[in-house]
Amino acid sequence: MKLNDEQQMLQDSVARLMADKGPVSHLRELRDRNDEKGYDEPLWHAMVEAGLTGILVPEEHGGIGFGLVGAGLVAREIGRNLSVTPFLSTAVLGATALAAGGSAEQQQKWLPSIAEGSVITALAVDDGAKHRPEAIKTEAKAAGDGVTLNGGKLLVLDAHVADLLLVAARQGDDTALFLVDPKAQGVTIERTRLVDDRNAARVTLDNVAAEPMADGAAALAAALRAGRAVLAAELSGLAREAFERTLEYLKERKQFGRLIGTFQALQHRAALLMGEVSMSDALAMQALDACDRNADDADVQVLAAKAKAARVALLAGQEAVQMHGGIGMTDEFDIGFFLKRARAGGETLGDANYCADRFAVLRDY
Amino acid sequence: MSDLEQFRAETRAWLEANCPEEMRQPLKSQADHCWGGRKWQFQSQAQKVWMERMADKGWTAPQWPTEYGGGGLSPEQAEVLAEEMKRLNARTPVSNFGFWMLGPALLKFGSEELKRQHLPPICRGEIRWCQGYSEPNAGSDLASLQTRAEDKGDHFMVNGQKIWTSYADKADWIFCLVRTDANATKHNGISFALFDMESEGVSTRPIELISGESPFCETFFDDVKVDKNQIVGELNRGWDVAKYLLTHERNNIGGEPPGFLKGRALGPLAAEHVGTEHGKLADSALRADIARLEIDQMAFQALVGKIREEAEAGQGVGAQSAVLKYYGTELNKRRYEVMMDALGAEGLEWESERTMGGLYAREWLRSKGNSIEGGTSEVMLGIVSKRLLGLPDA
Ligand SMILES: Cc1cc2nc3c(=O)[nH]c(=O)nc-3n(C[C@H](O)[C@H](O)[C@H](O)COP(=O)(O)OP(=O)(O)OC[C@H]3O[C@@H](n4cnc5c(N)ncnc54)[C@H](O)[C@@H]3O)c2cc1C
Ligand SMILES: Cc1cc2nc3c(=O)[nH]c(=O)nc-3n(C[C@H](O)[C@H](O)[C@H](O)COP(=O)(O)OP(=O)(O)OC[C@H]3O[C@@H](n4cnc5c(N)ncnc54)[C@H](O)[C@@H]3O)c2cc1C
Repeated sequence: MKLNDEQQMLQDSVARLMADKGPVSHLRELRDRNDEKGYDEPLWHAMVEAGLTGILVPEEHGGIGFGLVGAGLVAREIGRNLSVTPFLSTAVLGATALAAGGSAEQQQKWLPSIAEGSVITALAVDDGAKHRPEAIKTEAKAAGDGVTLNGGKLLVLDAHVADLLLVAARQGDDTALFLVDPKAQGVTIERTRLVDDRNAARVTLDNVAAEPMADGAAALAAALRAGRAVLAAELSGLAREAFERTLEYLKERKQFGRLIGTFQALQHRAALLMGEVSMSDALAMQALDACDRNADDADVQVLAAKAKAARVALLAGQEAVQMHGGIGMTDEFDIGFFLKRARAGGETLGDANYCADRFAVLRDY
Repeated sequence: MSDLEQFRAETRAWLEANCPEEMRQPLKSQADHCWGGRKWQFQSQAQKVWMERMADKGWTAPQWPTEYGGGGLSPEQAEVLAEEMKRLNARTPVSNFGFWMLGPALLKFGSEELKRQHLPPICRGEIRWCQGYSEPNAGSDLASLQTRAEDKGDHFMVNGQKIWTSYADKADWIFCLVRTDANATKHNGISFALFDMESEGVSTRPIELISGESPFCETFFDDVKVDKNQIVGELNRGWDVAKYLLTHERNNIGGEPPGFLKGRALGPLAAEHVGTEHGKLADSALRADIARLEIDQMAFQALVGKIREEAEAGQGVGAQSAVLKYYGTELNKRRYEVMMDALGAEGLEWESERTMGGLYAREWLRSKGNSIEGGTSEVMLGIVSKRLLGLPDA
């Protein structure tokens, strides 16, 4: 899978943007001042200006409809810089769900606002500690024109700053997404600080009025696929950065009178890590492209990509800390942030075991 | 229709018309592979016809220039040919070290005379080659090799011993690393020589492998005369040729090797042996191993695709071949381990007809050599860390 000229240009400009406007130091600052919003607002504005919030919004709704490869390229740089933005929750999950399953009216209402960066959306799927969208417990009951929802959600990204919740609930035998106003009666949102210092929340729904989508099942499926594929790219970018920082360290740090990068035990581990990172990245890009082409095996590829990226990012984080020795364990040093994000990003929308299980199901064993 | 589509249509039609039915099924084992050469005994008329027809088209070596017996295809066309062959399950018509090792090296370093002499017989499947690199005291440290070639005026006189020479007893010619300057530094006195295995003074002794097969030999040279024009590249610069050839060898070993598992999915195979419960393999740990392996393989294939694209864009595969070799062979070993887990007791049978003469166990054991031949996994990691990561020597 080769990038076309437009994609190449996007990659170059996004790489500059994220490094300039969304570096790791911002994550640290946001954390240290316990920022109320919990995301990097100046960066988000810059992303809006660059059109990135509308990257998956169709052109007729004011976006640029660039496709998932484009979104993956953005996510890869987010991963490299650990940039703190609602890109995944809003520009990827929200935009994809609404574009895939929203009614004309719902699309009209939300998609242009997503593109212009004036709203944040949050996808609420998990109602247990593990991602199991096939066994959603939150219930939707018909009530007049709409439905009422009851249940509890966790790992809801950006929920405490969201203008719209997209909630997965079970109605009879079907599972679908429903639109919920975060300020509606019966909604409780508890911001939960996670190990990676990103925005996540627990959401409780107590007889909450919700709006069905035109095709809420399709919206859920599309959002999950897009989200996993984009997360695979983010985790690959994160893994690459952790690896590169570690490689630099091996070329700087001396012990026993020589650079630690001369020790074969570390050389081979670095070589293995490079291979793993490259494979993770190549598969993520291939999977994103398969989605854009609507290839028959796009689902299989996305599950594989997410599983691979989750493992590799965690491996990279662990190896990075280990090869940095004592300093890798300190909060003052940034490398630990990569390990933390690898853990949280790996869990989001299905960990490696979950994705491998679904992968096997799709391959009939 | 674009030229490439036109080519695809013609290729498909030609293959449909010319590939014998018997040659349209996966190899049952490595024994079904057609190696060619003077001593080759075709397993069937179909195998012979298929090789000859493909050789006439130049498609035994699709990308080599037509003047040397190749097909002159562009990389894109070769890809189409490969895809169309795969569609039919068409077997590789013939292949040996001449195709995937010597050929590329000759095309790059060989004189016009040597190319014209050696490439066409390779393409026609008439001459089978073997590789004389390793010696008892020169394995990973290949450049410390000691086989000597003395200048005797009108010829070289070769003396010494090689080891692990695959198919030395079946091959017709050898490409061989010899020391032509005993006083030069390790890498600078080596030459890349070609000679006939029927030359006087060449003898071979097969070595039995743990798989019970004897595909490789100890090879002895006792005053063997080699023509002076049979040196590829410059005299004493054979190390450059040797290294270039190794990158091709590594790419090839890193690809999916022929054998029982080629093109075969492990899921259904495991289901036959461990059964299913609620549509899933009954052995959940095995199921997880298979899924993880297949995911890793997909990721590897994605990387292979990317490296190939970069190579075509002109950057060459270079030291990336070490990445491909390492992961390709390590994954293949894992595949055989998982296969043996799935087969259980049946996989252990060494002779039964049921198991095609112990094919599973033998191929499992043979796969262990993948990460040794052509440079060991540890040597590959060394190349990656020095050449790709720029990590310093001690
Ligand atoms: C939680 C914690 C508690 C600690 N408590 C104490 C304490 O109470 N008292 C105290 O004195 N110290 C303590 N330490 C320090 C600890 O002993 C050192 O961090 C450790 O010895 C490693 O040294 P380093 O951090 O300088 O890493 P380095 O020596 O710089 O190592 C960096 C990397 O290079 C590798 N490496 C180094 N040399 C070689 C080699 N020859 N071959 C292969 N790889 C090599 C290391 O394994 C590591 O992966 C503590 C550290 C931690 C993390
Ligand atoms: C099936 C098979 C077919 C073969 N076919 C051919 C052929 O056709 N022609 C031919 O010339 N040769 C052939 N070989 C030989 C092959 O190239 C050598 O076996 C290989 O290069 C390793 O050399 P060695 O066996 O001497 O092992 P050694 O070099 O002695 O290695 C022993 C162990 O030490 C490790 N090691 C060595 N050096 C280092 C280092 N610097 N750092 C870390 N670890 C190290 C190795 O990785 C290995 O694990 C074949 C081998 C096999 C198994």
